Amino acid sequence: MLVSIRAVIGRDLRLAMRRQSDIIAALFFFIIVVSLFPLGVGPEADQLRRLAPGVLWVAALLATMLSLPRLFADDHRDGTLEQLALAPQPLALIVFGKVIAHWLVAGLPLVLLAPVLGIQFDLANDALAILALSLLIGTPALSGIGAIGAALTLGVRGGGVLLSLLVLPLYIPVLIFGAGAVDATLSGLGAQAHLSLLGALTLGGVFFAPWPTAAALRIALE
Amino acid sequence: MLEVSNLECVRGERRLFAGINFRLDGGEMLYLQGQNGSGKTSLLRMLCGLTPAAGGEIFWRGRPIGQLGEEFRAELCYLGHQNAIKEELTPLENIVSAARLAQETLDEDTAVDALERVGLRGREDLACRYLSQGQKRRAALSRLVHERRALWVLDEPYVALDKAAVDLVAGLIGAHLQRGGLAVLTTHQPVAVPAAALRELWLGNGDAADVRDSSARC
Amino acid sequence: MSERVINWFKYASPQTFYPLAGKLIPWFWALAAIFGLAGLTIGFLLAPTDEQQGEGYRIIFLHVPASWMSMFIYLVMAFWAGTGLAFNTRLSGMMASALAPTGALFAFLSLWTGALWGKPMWGTWWVWDARLTSELILLFLYIGFIALQAAIDDPRRADKAGAILALVGVVNVPIIYFSVKWWNTLHQGASVSLTKAPSMAAMMLWGMILCALGCWMYSIAVALMRVRTIMLERERHTDWVRSVLGEKE
Repeated sequence: MLVSIRAVIGRDLRLAMRRQSDIIAALFFFIIVVSLFPLGVGPEADQLRRLAPGVLWVAALLATMLSLPRLFADDHRDGTLEQLALAPQPLALIVFGKVIAHWLVAGLPLVLLAPVLGIQFDLANDALAILALSLLIGTPALSGIGAIGAALTLGVRGGGVLLSLLVLPLYIPVLIFGAGAVDATLSGLGAQAHLSLLGALTLGGVFFAPWPTAAALRIALE
Repeated sequence: MLEVSNLECVRGERRLFAGINFRLDGGEMLYLQGQNGSGKTSLLRMLCGLTPAAGGEIFWRGRPIGQLGEEFRAELCYLGHQNAIKEELTPLENIVSAARLAQETLDEDTAVDALERVGLRGREDLACRYLSQGQKRRAALSRLVHERRALWVLDEPYVALDKAAVDLVAGLIGAHLQRGGLAVLTTHQPVAVPAAALRELWLGNGDAADVRDSSARC
Repeated sequence: MSERVINWFKYASPQTFYPLAGKLIPWFWALAAIFGLAGLTIGFLLAPTDEQQGEGYRIIFLHVPASWMSMFIYLVMAFWAGTGLAFNTRLSGMMASALAPTGALFAFLSLWTGALWGKPMWGTWWVWDARLTSELILLFLYIGFIALQAAIDDPRRADKAGAILALVGVVNVPIIYFSVKWWNTLHQGASVSLTKAPSMAAMMLWGMILCALGCWMYSIAVALMRVRTIMLERERHTDWVRSVLGEKE
C-alpha cells in the first residue's frame, strides 16, 4: 500500500519538477495578490496588520485553485488516468498519493513564502510563526477538498471557473480557522483551539476526500 | 475464462449494440470489427470495467467483473487509444513508473531490454516529447514485452506503427496467446497473428452482432 | 413524508411515475394555496402587532418558512442523490435536479426577505450574522450543484457528479455552520443576534407553521412539475414518452 502511494508521489513530483513554470506561476500569483492589498487599502501599518491573516489566507486559497485544474487533467488527456483507474490497488489510494504530491508542490511553497509576505504587513514574529503554522496545518485540507472539485469538473466545459464555484464554499471552514488562528494571536488570545480544529479539518479532508474523488474520477472516465 | 452475455451499449441516445454474447478461453483471441462509431472502443472499455454496461453482464473466471474489482484488474492489461505516455518523462521512466503504479516489479535492465525490443534503443533517456508519434506508440507498446497478465485488451494497437513494428506487436500477441493468455483487440489493419485461435465479432447497425469462429487468417 | 417515500420507491420508473405525478400536482397546488392563504391571513390580519418591531416583523411569515425550506430541500436533494448513486435508479437523479432550483429560490428568498427585515429592524441590509452567512453559503452550494449539472452534457454523468457534490455538501453543511458560528462569536461587533428573538405569540407561531406548510406543498408541486419535464426531455426517444406526447397532439 505504502509502496504504491510512494510510487504516485514520486511520479507526480518528478513530473512537477520537469515543468516548474507552473509552480512558479502559482507562487508569483500568490505574491502579487498579497502585494496588491496594501496598494488598495493604503499603507497604514495598523490596518494592514488587521487585514494580514485574511488577505494571506484568501490569497493562499486562490493560489491553490490555480493549480487544481491540472491535478487530473493532464493524466486524463494522455490516458494515464485510465491506467491508474485500472491499476490493481484502490483508486482512492492513488488519489491520496496525488493529493500529497499536490500539496508538496502547491501548498508547501505557500507555507514557506507566507512569513516573508507577512513582513510586508508588519506582522510580529509570533504572528508570523502562527501564520506559517496555520498554513502548514491547513493547506493539505485545501489539496484534499480541491481534489473532489477537480475530479468532478474533469473534462467539463468551463471547468476552471466551475471548479472555483464548487470548491471555494467548501474551503470556508479552513479559511475561518486558519485566519482565525493568526487573528487570535494578534489579539493576544491563544491560537491553540483554532489550530486543533484546523488539524481536524485537514485530517478529515485528506483522508475522506480521496473516496468521493475516486468515485468522481470513475464517473468522468465512463 | 472471459464470458460476455447479452451486453448492451447506449451512448447518448443511440443504442450502439445489444445482445452481444461470446466466450473466450485461454489461448484465444477476439478480433473486434466494425465501422467507426460502431462501439468497438466502448465494448473494450466495458470489458475493462471502465464503462458500465447499459445491460448484460461480463464474467471473468465465472464471476462478474464488478464483483471481482481489484482481483480482475490485477489480471488485466489495457492499452487505449491514448498512449498513457508522459511527455515530460523519458521512455524508460515512463514504463518503469507505469509498472510500479500497476504494482509490478520491473527492474531497469528488463525495462531497457523491452525498449530495445521495440526499437527505441538509444532513445531511453530522451524526453518523450521529442519522440515521433510512432515512437511514442512503440514506447507504450513496450509494456507488452514483459507483460504476463492474462487478459490483454488492446484498442488499435497497430495505429501509427510501421511494418516492422506491426509484425513485432503481432508476434508479442502471438506469444501471449501461446502462453495461454487471452486477447481482445480492434484494428482496421488486417494483420496475421501467428498461431492464434481467432474469433471475430462484427459490430454494426445496433442489432445483435454475430460472432464467427475463423481459423483462417484475417 | 414516509408515505411519500414509499410511493416513490414503488413508482421508481419514470413511465409509471409520470402520470402519477400529473395527478398529484393539482392537489399539491390546492393545498399550497389553502395553507398559504390561511397562513398569510393569520400573519397579516390576525396576528398582533409586535411591540418592539411594529408591523415590519410580518415579513417573517415568509422569511422563516423560506429558510426552513432552503435547508430541508438540500437534505432531501442529497437524499435523492445518494439513493441514485446507491441504487442507480433513474428517477432519483431527476428528483435531485428538479429540487435544486426550488431550494436555491428559497435560499435566495430567505436572504432577500432577511435583508428587507433587517433594514427597518437593525438599520442595515446585511449583517455578518452566523445564520445569514451560512444561508449565503448554502445558496452558493445550490448554485454550484446547478452549475455542475448544467455543464455536463450527458445526463447520467451529470446526475452522478451532482450526487457526489450534494453528498459532499451535506457532510460539509454542519461543519460550515459551526465554523461560521465560531467565527461570528469571535468577531462579535455591533451585530444583532437573531437567536434573541422575542418569545412568540401562539397566533404568530400558527401563522408561521401554516405558511411553512404552504411553502412545502408549493415545493412538492413545483418539483413534480419540473421532474415531469425532465423525464420527457431525457426519455424523449422512448416509446412511453412518444405515446404521452402523441396523446396530446
